[in-house]
Amino acid sequence: MPADVYLNVAVGGVLTGLVYGLMALGLSVIFGVVRVVNFAHGEMMTIAMYIAVTLFTAFHLDPLVMLVPIAAVMFAFGYVLQTRLINPFITRPEYSQFLLLVAVAIIIVNLLLIAFGPDAQNVQTSYAYDSFQIGPLIVDATKAYAGLAAIVVAAALFGFFQYTRLGTAIRACADNYTGALVVGLDVKHLYALTFGLGAACVGAAGCMLLLIFDVTPAVGPAYTLLAFVIVITGGLGSMPGALLGGVLIGLTEAMAGLLFTPSAKSMFAFGILVLVLLFRPQGIMGKRTA
Amino acid sequence: MMLKVENLDVFYGDAQALDGVSLEIEEGAIVAIVGANGAGKTSLIRTIAGMHRPARGRIYFRGLDIAGWPSHKVCDLGIGQVAEGRQVFPSLSIAENLAMGAMLPRARATRERNLDHVYTLFPALAERSHQLAGTLSGGEQQMLAIGRCLMGAPDLVMFDEPSLGLAPTVVQSVLRCVRDLNREGLTCVLVEQNVAVSLKLASRAYVLENGRVTLSGSGAALLVDDRVRQAYLGL
Repeated sequence: MPADVYLNVAVGGVLTGLVYGLMALGLSVIFGVVRVVNFAHGEMMTIAMYIAVTLFTAFHLDPLVMLVPIAAVMFAFGYVLQTRLINPFITRPEYSQFLLLVAVAIIIVNLLLIAFGPDAQNVQTSYAYDSFQIGPLIVDATKAYAGLAAIVVAAALFGFFQYTRLGTAIRACADNYTGALVVGLDVKHLYALTFGLGAACVGAAGCMLLLIFDVTPAVGPAYTLLAFVIVITGGLGSMPGALLGGVLIGLTEAMAGLLFTPSAKSMFAFGILVLVLLFRPQGIMGKRTA
Repeated sequence: MMLKVENLDVFYGDAQALDGVSLEIEEGAIVAIVGANGAGKTSLIRTIAGMHRPARGRIYFRGLDIAGWPSHKVCDLGIGQVAEGRQVFPSLSIAENLAMGAMLPRARATRERNLDHVYTLFPALAERSHQLAGTLSGGEQQMLAIGRCLMGAPDLVMFDEPSLGLAPTVVQSVLRCVRDLNREGLTCVLVEQNVAVSLKLASRAYVLENGRVTLSGSGAALLVDDRVRQAYLGL
């Protein structure tokens, strides 16, 4: 195979990986602040993907155009889920939170099955077969748009956490829970905001992924697992780590698909996870904790 | 009466931390709370602050019963807390820590003025406003904790062991700061291991033992009380 094939596949993998990274970012932010592991993360993304598919088939609304409103809907979903359902479980043991979120995941998968059936659905945008040529490099338009959109959303999230008072307050809750209560931060509200932001991340990522992949109700658990692999590889609680982990896994999957067989791609993603756990258990960009 | 606590019972699981505690805090006063470790001083402060829900009893702040209110609503009434162990946000800068003190609705309008006040009180904080709080010394963190509390424009501040773990010279400046803030009109509740000093500062004091108030009176009276002298002053 000529060298530029490798390069093209690698660039495609990196772009897909950026979207993976955005999805994982949502999981990382929720865990980093609320300390709840969202076992329904991929399933929440499939909700966003089905909203986008429905809007496309019914009204021909482009998923990338609908990205902001869909992310807003998922934000509201996440906010309500946290205040109504998860918050009473915050002080309970981890296994009971785990059971709650696994239950949410199972309910989402089966509701989607009832509503949309088991068949794969996708969107055929006008630019579905376009590509950009940059020198020897050929990049799919869908992947380029998706990857760029992921960068924009991730940058907006970084900016929010770093430079706004509300974002700082959320970091403060994660930094010192008692301190947050002492200064009178409304921790319940901030937790719900955080869960909403995590859900908005998967909402946006779902819109982008829909340009690249089909959606079925059954892909939810697979994406949850992928988000875990990415977050653990990148470093739990590290926002740049989630993006980097996403790119790494996206690249690995793409190269494995090219060099071996596409059905083996998960094996290589898990292989990276095993290597990270062996040699750098806190993750690539994670901080070592005592 | 600014704050009035009546018959407060607080439990942690089966263990009773406060047993029928009643006390009164007058506007403009310094009220000392004295007691051994585990006597219930921190439990009392955290219950008033809304961080624990009392099993029984009432907490009146300016006539309003606030027992069981969530902490962010209690703070917004003007009840601030300089907590045990300082509780700064280690990975946030000094400026960000102070900004977090001013997130209360009551403090938003006067944010700039309060920040000027804090930076005048503690010029060391102003010089290093971008430094992370986790890299500060214990004394500097205590100044930050006090400054962060003042950013919320409180009318009453509960100081929980503000001098714990600090060098003797720093202890003095922290306690002097409490006195000066009180002279500016701030009502203070002072929980202090340094019993002699806190009784000297206080207009009124309560002694807590095993979750009960066993003694109360003016600071000067308790300072010469034989039981206090034996148990807390080592005399």
